Amino acid sequence: MESSSTISLNTLKKKDDAIKYSGKKIRIAAVGGSQTAINMTLFVLVAATVYGFLTFDYKSMDFLRAVSLTLGNIKTMFIEARLSHITLVEAFKELSITLGLSILTTIIAAAIALILGLLSARNLSNPKIGNVIKAVVAFIRAVPTVLWILIFAVSAGLGSVAAIIGLSFHAIGYLVKAYSETFEEIDYGVIEALKASGASWWQIVFQAVIPSSASYLMAWTFMRFEINFMVAVAMGAAAGAGGIGFDLFMAGGFYFDVREVGFITYMILGVALVLEVISTNIKNKLLY
Amino acid sequence: MVKNEGLDIFAVRRRQFFIAGLIIAAITIVSTAITQYDPVKGITSVPKALWWMFRNFYPNANAFTRLPNILSKLHETFFLAVASTTTAAVLAFFFGLMGSKTTKVNDAMCKISRLVASVFRNIPDAVWAMIFLFSFGQNVLTGFFALFFVTFGVLARAFIETIDEASHASVEALQATGASYFQIVFQAVIPSSIPQVISWILYMIETNIRGATLIGILTGTGIGHLFLLYYRSLNYNTASLVVIAIIITVFVIEFISNYVRRLIL
Repeated sequence: MESSSTISLNTLKKKDDAIKYSGKKIRIAAVGGSQTAINMTLFVLVAATVYGFLTFDYKSMDFLRAVSLTLGNIKTMFIEARLSHITLVEAFKELSITLGLSILTTIIAAAIALILGLLSARNLSNPKIGNVIKAVVAFIRAVPTVLWILIFAVSAGLGSVAAIIGLSFHAIGYLVKAYSETFEEIDYGVIEALKASGASWWQIVFQAVIPSSASYLMAWTFMRFEINFMVAVAMGAAAGAGGIGFDLFMAGGFYFDVREVGFITYMILGVALVLEVISTNIKNKLLY
Repeated sequence: MVKNEGLDIFAVRRRQFFIAGLIIAAITIVSTAITQYDPVKGITSVPKALWWMFRNFYPNANAFTRLPNILSKLHETFFLAVASTTTAAVLAFFFGLMGSKTTKVNDAMCKISRLVASVFRNIPDAVWAMIFLFSFGQNVLTGFFALFFVTFGVLARAFIETIDEASHASVEALQATGASYFQIVFQAVIPSSIPQVISWILYMIETNIRGATLIGILTGTGIGHLFLLYYRSLNYNTASLVVIAIIITVFVIEFISNYVRRLIL
């Protein structure tokens, strides 16, 4: 019923198009539902942006002065970067704390997400359990990491424990989604063959599922490690969770020292770029 | 012979697993020492925190009297996320064209735009927030620019990859017909990559709602600042309502994005 009506609609449309195009300039564009959806989405985005700019509370600021001030600050920041309130050794120690936080978070999250990912993959698990896990994970992902850390800080106290649990929550949410989708893409024939030979669930997981998806799992995990480092920096600044982010916040929000912000930015940027190069290399080596 | 080889593969694999496990264990121990993380406290504090949330972290009648205030801040944060993502996407698309191998103008511009994107992407939003806090103060524009620059970096890389993947064949075909650069861009590159581009924009809007919360905490604006106010004054009931409002917003955006993706991809 439904399909016949769409077919007739389509033929009508084609006839219509043929009439429209005959003897006129030929336009080659995908006409149809998806094009309308694209145009609609773009229109809504632009309209929401314009509406946003019109309704923001700018608090009567001098925009041009602020821009020129920013440019001056950025110049000072990156050209005259130097530490003044902490020593270089301290800065590197704090940087290593941030790296340590992101490493621990990645390892904890990967271990938990591996189990939850197996339990929520459609081809490996009971769909009911899978849906429950996916719903819980979507809920966890929807809450910003900084709020998780602040919530955990109430009972665990502000420190590495609250930071790692808060960071892990979000990382688990991300990795469960990535892992379960990776598992779901496995060739079902392999699983079926093992099932037919009488292999247990654990044997299927360890002999077929994990070996055949290991490179994708590694790529996703390292990508999350990159994100975890950035988030760990931000959490140090916003939640006082320790590490280089906290020094950044002190330099910027407390001492108003542009040069120190610049130096810390260089340090963070350096680590982040190294991580990105490693991550890209891993991806290229494993996936192609 | 066959059996021997089979055994060998398993032995090699076991050894690889063992070495990988050893390396991970060593990294874990070193990181634990550096961060002074207490694993026992880490495990026990999760149920403790969940129990605390169960007992204290829910909205009560008093919290709902603050709902208009929460919604007005949420409104600002939502449009901040959309506006910064959309404007960043426009700039990022230009960099995507310059940086992609199929549409680059010349090699130097390609390298430069990839490098610029990489630098902007790898400076965390917290750093941008600090930089703009100096000159813009506690203003909505501080958050706008912080989100704008990070989103630009992420989207520029995404668009470079999208254009590389999506439009190689059609660009080649149009080049063969002698089409000009702008004809190629408008007739081949944009039509073939726009579904992926929109998908990325929707993803970044969702991410930026959360990012805007974080930046709000740092710069004293929007929904993040409101949460911090209630949190610091130990008004956990109202703080929980803020969290619920954020969750609902993110879910609605996720739902709409999934719907749009199904239509266009």
